[in-house]
Amino acid sequence: MTTAEDFPMRDSLIMLRRNLRHMQRYPTLTLMLLGQPILFLLLFVYVFGGTLGNGLGDAASPGATGRAAYIGFVAPTILIITITGAILGTAISVAMDMTRGIMARFRTMSISKASVLTGHVIGTLMQTAMGLAVVLGVALAVGFRPSAGPLDWLAVIGLLLLVTVALTWMAVALGLKAKSVETASNTPLIFTLLPFLGSGFVPNGSLPAGLRWFAEYQPFTPVIETVRGLLLGTPIGDKWLLAVGWCALFTLLGYVWSRSLFREERVR
Amino acid sequence: MNAISARGLRKSYGDKVVLGGIDFDVEEGSVFALLGPNGAGKTTIVNILCTLITPDAGSATVAGADLAQNPDGIRRAIGVTGQFSAVDDLLNGEENLMLMADLHRLPRRKSRAKVAGLLERFELTEAAKAVPSTYSGGMRRKLDLAMTLVGDPRVIFLDEPTTGLDPRSRQAMWDIVRDLVARGVTIFLTTQYLDEADHLADRIAVLDHGRIIAEGTPEQLKRRVPGGHVELSFTDTDALRRAATDLGVSPVGEAGLTLQLPTDGSVASLRALLDRLEGVAVEAIAVHTPDLEDVFLVLTGHQPETEAVK
Repeated sequence: MTTAEDFPMRDSLIMLRRNLRHMQRYPTLTLMLLGQPILFLLLFVYVFGGTLGNGLGDAASPGATGRAAYIGFVAPTILIITITGAILGTAISVAMDMTRGIMARFRTMSISKASVLTGHVIGTLMQTAMGLAVVLGVALAVGFRPSAGPLDWLAVIGLLLLVTVALTWMAVALGLKAKSVETASNTPLIFTLLPFLGSGFVPNGSLPAGLRWFAEYQPFTPVIETVRGLLLGTPIGDKWLLAVGWCALFTLLGYVWSRSLFREERVR
Repeated sequence: MNAISARGLRKSYGDKVVLGGIDFDVEEGSVFALLGPNGAGKTTIVNILCTLITPDAGSATVAGADLAQNPDGIRRAIGVTGQFSAVDDLLNGEENLMLMADLHRLPRRKSRAKVAGLLERFELTEAAKAVPSTYSGGMRRKLDLAMTLVGDPRVIFLDEPTTGLDPRSRQAMWDIVRDLVARGVTIFLTTQYLDEADHLADRIAVLDHGRIIAEGTPEQLKRRVPGGHVELSFTDTDALRRAATDLGVSPVGEAGLTLQLPTDGSVASLRALLDRLEGVAVEAIAVHTPDLEDVFLVLTGHQPETEAVK
């Protein structure tokens, strides 16, 4: 006799197809989430970049000044912001599923329940990968000139993937936790805000004492500095270890939290 | 053979007892209606039986599978259409049905035939490529039920299937239920419409505040009420007043031109009544046989609180 759990892969694929069709049918959300990092990139490079670039000091890539220096500094941050924006969509669609009757239907069917969440996670990974490619393309078009070699690029892709997985599971949990779709579209904004309170847009050293302390220890600092280091060839030290550690921690936290929230009894 | 049997089902949320020990059996191939006002616990019973929530105590089997031991066995055999729409609003009608076919692991070609057949049967073929948000309430409910039927369930739970539907859609839903029963499916229906239970069900259980207060065929339940009433209508207040004096009753309602009198429904008692009204112009006379509303009144001492806040 077959049971529901015999087909987790198959059910996950069906759910993934469902999510991809949602994205394809309603591209507005995807475009909006993708548009935001591009807007940030253009804003920071063309409006603030000339001035900010001159104040980078040691943080600038060797020999670069002004706008050119700032593109190099900010592009890695924009890549991270692309991820934090994309997961907003995940939280929203998870919350939409949970607050609608369709989830109750899935729960009364002999299917792998976790496949609903797996579908969202894999869907987000695919969407984010495409988003990152587009944003990187725009960055290159406006003058981003990374010095990374093939191995560095591989490491960048690996780290961005880890960050995406970690934040996606956090977004799934926040989407499950939210009582409404509106809440789900707000709570993950914290992840977009965090890079601003660190070395995302200006060097840590330029921040006032209290904020600098926070910036030193918050998770986005080592992540952004590792990506930046890999792309620009600036020293990374052991920051990559911290970055990977934070990703592992968030993945675990998000996954365990999601699982417990998902198992709660709900009738709708 | 019983398609569903429940023994001692209890459920509380905090101090609030929602179900206070529920027992019943539903014979295979029959329609069982759970009748009660909002808040009586109907949906809680459905949610327990279709494995959405676990009872605090008690046991149940559905389609031969034990609720505690083999919930997945239950899920394989049932279909559920609740009062809240369970369709994917971002997929069109056809895609919703195909999603169900995929999840039931039907082969592609069989899926297509099945989906086309259901669209046809529920008159949704023209709306197949439109998203449910453009549907009327009745169409939505039909799509919902069609999704439930993709897996050919042997036991179907219909939780208030006609709540919020217009009379025509309601009639269409009743026809669908009768058609399903003709195909040998067992139906577990909840409703707060008394005539719905009367029309569709083989057996009715009346639920009030988490307890079954009566159970039987519609006829058995109606027999528990001693009799109906006669309603006399008059053309003017003068005739009404004279009749009221003759019969020794007071008029119903402020501006109404009607009198209500209890009756055992026999022709003799009706004739005796009219004899006493010699000379008074009666415009119309209506004999009301007892309905389930009367049953509820007799059983609980209060009207079903159908206006309760949702």
